[in-house]
Amino acid sequence: MKRFIGFIKKEFYHIFRDKRSLFILFGMPIAQILLFGFAITNEINNVDIAILDHSKDVTTKEIIHKISASNYFSIHQFLEKESDIESVFKKGKVKAVLNFEKDFSKNLIKENHSTIQVITDATDPNTANTISNYVNAILQSYLKEQNKNSTMAYQIRPQTRMVYNPELKSVYMFVPGVMTIILMLVSAMMTSISITREKELGTMEILLVSPLKPFQVIIGKVFPYIFLSIINAIVIIVLSIFIFKMPVQGSLFLLGIESVIFIITSLALGILISTISATQQTAMMISLMGLMLPVILLSGFIFPVSSMPVPLQVISNVIPAKWFIIIVKGIMLKGVGLQFLWKETLILLGMTVFFIGLSIKKYKIRLE
Amino acid sequence: MSINLEHISKSYGKVEAVKNISFKVNPGELFGLIGPDGAGKTTLFRILTTLLIADEGKANVTGFDVVKDYKNIRKSVGYMPGKFSLYQDLTVEENLTFFATIFGTTIEENYELIKEIYVQIEPFKKRRAGKLSGGMKQKLALCCALIHKPKVLFLDEPTTGVDPVSRKEFWEMLKRLQQKGITILVSTPYMDEAALCDRIALIQDGEILEIDTPANIVKHFPKTIYNIGSKDMYELLQKLKEFEHTYSMYPFGEFVHYTDKRDNFNPTELRQYLEKNGLQNITIEKTKATIEDTFMELAK
Repeated sequence: MKRFIGFIKKEFYHIFRDKRSLFILFGMPIAQILLFGFAITNEINNVDIAILDHSKDVTTKEIIHKISASNYFSIHQFLEKESDIESVFKKGKVKAVLNFEKDFSKNLIKENHSTIQVITDATDPNTANTISNYVNAILQSYLKEQNKNSTMAYQIRPQTRMVYNPELKSVYMFVPGVMTIILMLVSAMMTSISITREKELGTMEILLVSPLKPFQVIIGKVFPYIFLSIINAIVIIVLSIFIFKMPVQGSLFLLGIESVIFIITSLALGILISTISATQQTAMMISLMGLMLPVILLSGFIFPVSSMPVPLQVISNVIPAKWFIIIVKGIMLKGVGLQFLWKETLILLGMTVFFIGLSIKKYKIRLE
Repeated sequence: MSINLEHISKSYGKVEAVKNISFKVNPGELFGLIGPDGAGKTTLFRILTTLLIADEGKANVTGFDVVKDYKNIRKSVGYMPGKFSLYQDLTVEENLTFFATIFGTTIEENYELIKEIYVQIEPFKKRRAGKLSGGMKQKLALCCALIHKPKVLFLDEPTTGVDPVSRKEFWEMLKRLQQKGITILVSTPYMDEAALCDRIALIQDGEILEIDTPANIVKHFPKTIYNIGSKDMYELLQKLKEFEHTYSMYPFGEFVHYTDKRDNFNPTELRQYLEKNGLQNITIEKTKATIEDTFMELAK
């Protein structure tokens, strides 16, 4: 036990004396969560649009007023002729142009329909899509108001309700993902680097020729990172609750337990990486390419798993992060407990046991 | 026997690092492995410290088999690898404390053993190991290898890259440790250090050329060696190379060590030959063979 404590003490010296790894450990989580929370967002706010109104009658005025009154759009410019549309797009500031046909009001009353053209700048397809949806929604609600008194024969009125994230805040989607990435990176990359560093500097040779048992070395190496990762998880949760007002509907305790399980899975992966790489650089490359990319691309963090091609969906099942993201979203957003998440938890536990077993089996008691 | 090797062979892929090596080291002996880089010294050390498994042969350290009883060996030996292998970001004191703890002991418990070495680095005990000079690093590494009072000490090229004064001090320390009953196996590429060992094994290309005491090894040198000096060293080497009776010649400090093919060699004849070829200030003197001479002869 004394040996073990001595070993852990040594590990903490390493961590706190290496400014760079300290920065990665604590700087990265905060930077990432703030970046994802503030900068990277799917929502639209105050998008600049231009109006080309050929009618300039009561109806178009009302519609324009309604659009400019919303928070989503701000009217940047009124155009005079069709040829202006192209040039205003080329300047890049305006993301959409609304083109009202001639005699808009008259057509609406006489022929029961009139046309408005919505032209969007689709260099950013997501934004373009969102803009056209929002415009549609505003027009629909305008029509509804107008038709309040007249009743139509048949009408299907969809009543959509977004549950768990009614305001469609993208930060709700990013927090579980970022938390996963950070826990994975800190645990797997930092441990694999710290173990390979011993190999690279030759100190592993001395540790091997000592009474320390392999599992003591491994546990000694990973223990500090369990501790630091838990601190990181707490920092992320606190940041998301207080800065982004993210709710934790479910039990914080369960979230903590699940995080610890995931941290241990990642640590086991880190040990595994260290057994197959000889230098710190390889360990870092494998961690980044082999862990970070799949976590970002295949775990459902950004791209929904259900819309992936089938082979990728199958692959996504072996990525521990996928299951952890489901668990975190479940606890934080839906407020569900273990009775709904036992399957995911069990899968994660299974993976942990598998990776720990594999890494202990692959850990070399000699140099080759 | 403290260390016993029988027919040890080890290859890395197609490269045979050590070939059929056998030798014994007696308890309390200071045994030297002498040979150039790439001779297989480090491989032997790693086999004996249980870090590598030999392809063939058997080896014992303090009576324990290096494969089966590796755990017992790891408890009772001290190992100092060729590359400086301490934690550079830990201070002198922290390094020593760490190694004491993992061997289940304390600095105080075995202070007596390391005292003479440690007092030299104690003024720097708060300094990070990475910021020490070469000689200091080696002293610290030796302290760390000694802190658990090992029965056998393995030192792989401990003086490589260390200044001559520190080298001398280092060997004096080894002598003192030996008196305390510790068996020491040390390797070095420096032939002058070989003379300080009780017995040495000359090793090249994975094979042992000879094992004996330094004195005996020198005695076995079959020829008479001459120290030849001249103002122009380069010309001297060229001309000796061309001389028909030259058996061996290689530079040794400011002289050339020369041996002749014939038994009835007459130095005057060589002097005349050299003078004829325009060399000046020629000196020719008999000299005693050194371990280096023997090594060069055996390695031929």
